[in-house]
Amino acid sequence: MEPIIRVTHLSKTYASGFRALKDIDLEIRRGEIFALLGPNGAGKTTLIGTICGIVTPSAGTILVDGRDVLREYRATRSLIGLVPQELTTEAFESVWDNVTFSRGLFGKPPDPAHLEKVLRDLSLWDRKDSKIVTLSGGMKRRLLIAKALAHEPQVLFLDEPTAGVDVELRRDMWALVRALRAGGVTIILTTHYIDEAEEMADRVGVINKGEIVLVEDKVELMRKLGRKQLTLHLAQPLERVPPALAAYRLELANRGSDLIYTYEERDRAGISALLNDLAAAGIRYRDLHTTQSSLEDIFVGLVSERR
Amino acid sequence: MNVYAILAIYRHEMERTRRTIMQSVISPVISTSLYFIVFGAAIGERIQQVEGVSYGAFIVPGLIMLSLLTQSISNASFAIYFPKFTGTIYELLSAPVSYFEVVLSYVGAAATKSILLGLIILATAGLFVPLRVEHPVWMLLFLVLTAATFSLFGFIIGVWADGFEKLQLIPLLFVTPLTFLGGSFYSIHMLPPFWRAVSLFNPVVYLVSGFRWSFYGLADVSVAVSLAMILVFLAASLAVVAWIFRTGYRLKT
Ligand SMILES: Nc1ncnc2c1ncn2[C@@H]1O[C@H](COP(=O)(O)OP(=O)(O)OP(=O)(O)O)[C@@H](O)[C@H]1O
Ligand SMILES: [Mg+2]
Repeated sequence: MEPIIRVTHLSKTYASGFRALKDIDLEIRRGEIFALLGPNGAGKTTLIGTICGIVTPSAGTILVDGRDVLREYRATRSLIGLVPQELTTEAFESVWDNVTFSRGLFGKPPDPAHLEKVLRDLSLWDRKDSKIVTLSGGMKRRLLIAKALAHEPQVLFLDEPTAGVDVELRRDMWALVRALRAGGVTIILTTHYIDEAEEMADRVGVINKGEIVLVEDKVELMRKLGRKQLTLHLAQPLERVPPALAAYRLELANRGSDLIYTYEERDRAGISALLNDLAAAGIRYRDLHTTQSSLEDIFVGLVSERR
Repeated sequence: MNVYAILAIYRHEMERTRRTIMQSVISPVISTSLYFIVFGAAIGERIQQVEGVSYGAFIVPGLIMLSLLTQSISNASFAIYFPKFTGTIYELLSAPVSYFEVVLSYVGAAATKSILLGLIILATAGLFVPLRVEHPVWMLLFLVLTAATFSLFGFIIGVWADGFEKLQLIPLLFVTPLTFLGGSFYSIHMLPPFWRAVSLFNPVVYLVSGFRWSFYGLADVSVAVSLAMILVFLAASLAVVAWIFRTGYRLKT
């Protein structure tokens, strides 16, 4: 199936001469949740800006639903909803007027029932007549989401949607994003909370210094790069790893009382061999547990590698 | 044409006026009344008549033009500058609207406000002095064209400005002096020949003259010239706006 977004050879050089995006190629699949990760200043917001029409690309092409975002901006922008990173809102307008404005701006006929549903889903319905200045930060964040959903977009960009949002609300937002995806909406989100990407995303992209360094199916990524560790708490501390076990990647920790075995997901079969060899070598253990590296470890590894 | 968007922006802007009704409407009414008291009553005592029209009545078209110019510029420049300042412009830039629609709705709203204001001032003036409008259609034409032209001009200033000082700069440096020297309070025939000649370089003279003609049939310069001048400004403003949007100047990065 044709991807919903196809970015080819996209570059952006700001007026200052700074190259914020360098020859980016990226495809977003229909109906997926795509998490874009990257350190501060990596170019996430710039990339989103070029797709949405806020930043003019210096080179390259961007197609949304097969249409060029510059030449057929009306068609492409109608499909997109954008929740910006910054909390930029009107001040003295009411919540209701503001979402009504957003829907009209995107060329949709009035539909109070839809707007009511959106505000209810975001727990803003009882504040619909409030002036925006009177809302809390988290409420403003939700208002921005409501504005982006007012015109029933097929693609939703969430630029750090959960920054400054409390734990409970974060859960609600995740639920909302899943519900949208279930309704066929494609979601692209940026986040600094890796657990969020791990929890939500179907695929993960990592951008660093204006370059896409990785795009991968999340499960695949975790499987490929995800290291597992088996930790054995030994009955008696060891001075050094016995030569009979040299074939395994083993380390001693905790003054020799923990033996750590690091392995890739795919050679899990190695564990039983190791345990047999341990028994043969007369090494006994009191307890054992395994740990798996998170997306965060992978991410930090990737980004620092390229620094 | 994204008609819903044009309506949305237009309503949004008009709603802002309604929220600030005090400063949008009442303050110009008060300041106009003050002009009448100061100029009409105090100076009118001495001048009494200009070319057969009482001084109080003579200054009405000029006063309306004065407010029309300054309000059109400030309404439109503020309307587009403020979203840039607060960052809410992201929504406009990401919306499926053409530049033409953006200009039409912002400038349309700013012009509507200043036209309403002009009519309110006219009505206020009617309380102080006897008024007559000899050419009402022309009067409305001048009102609409001037409001539209200077709202466009204000829009350009709002796009150009990257700080509040710049937003005030052009109105303060050029527009206010030109309007005060533009024959609002006198006929340029009352000036010595040298200053009369200088005045002819002031575009506001043509606006005030044409507008006053539509009231009393009195003009400093011919009506055709007045009309031509305002159309020239309109065309120039449109050209600059078209250029701004072709280049994305100062709206997009
Ligand atoms: N208008 C601009 N002019 C010049 N440089 C800019 C401009 N906007 C952004 N940049 C630079 O481009 C780079 C990418 O910025 P961008 O906002 O896209 O990063 P980001 O990945 O969204 O970061 P964050 O996680 O902090 O939001 C940064 O180095 C930033 O300083
Ligand atoms: Mg960002």
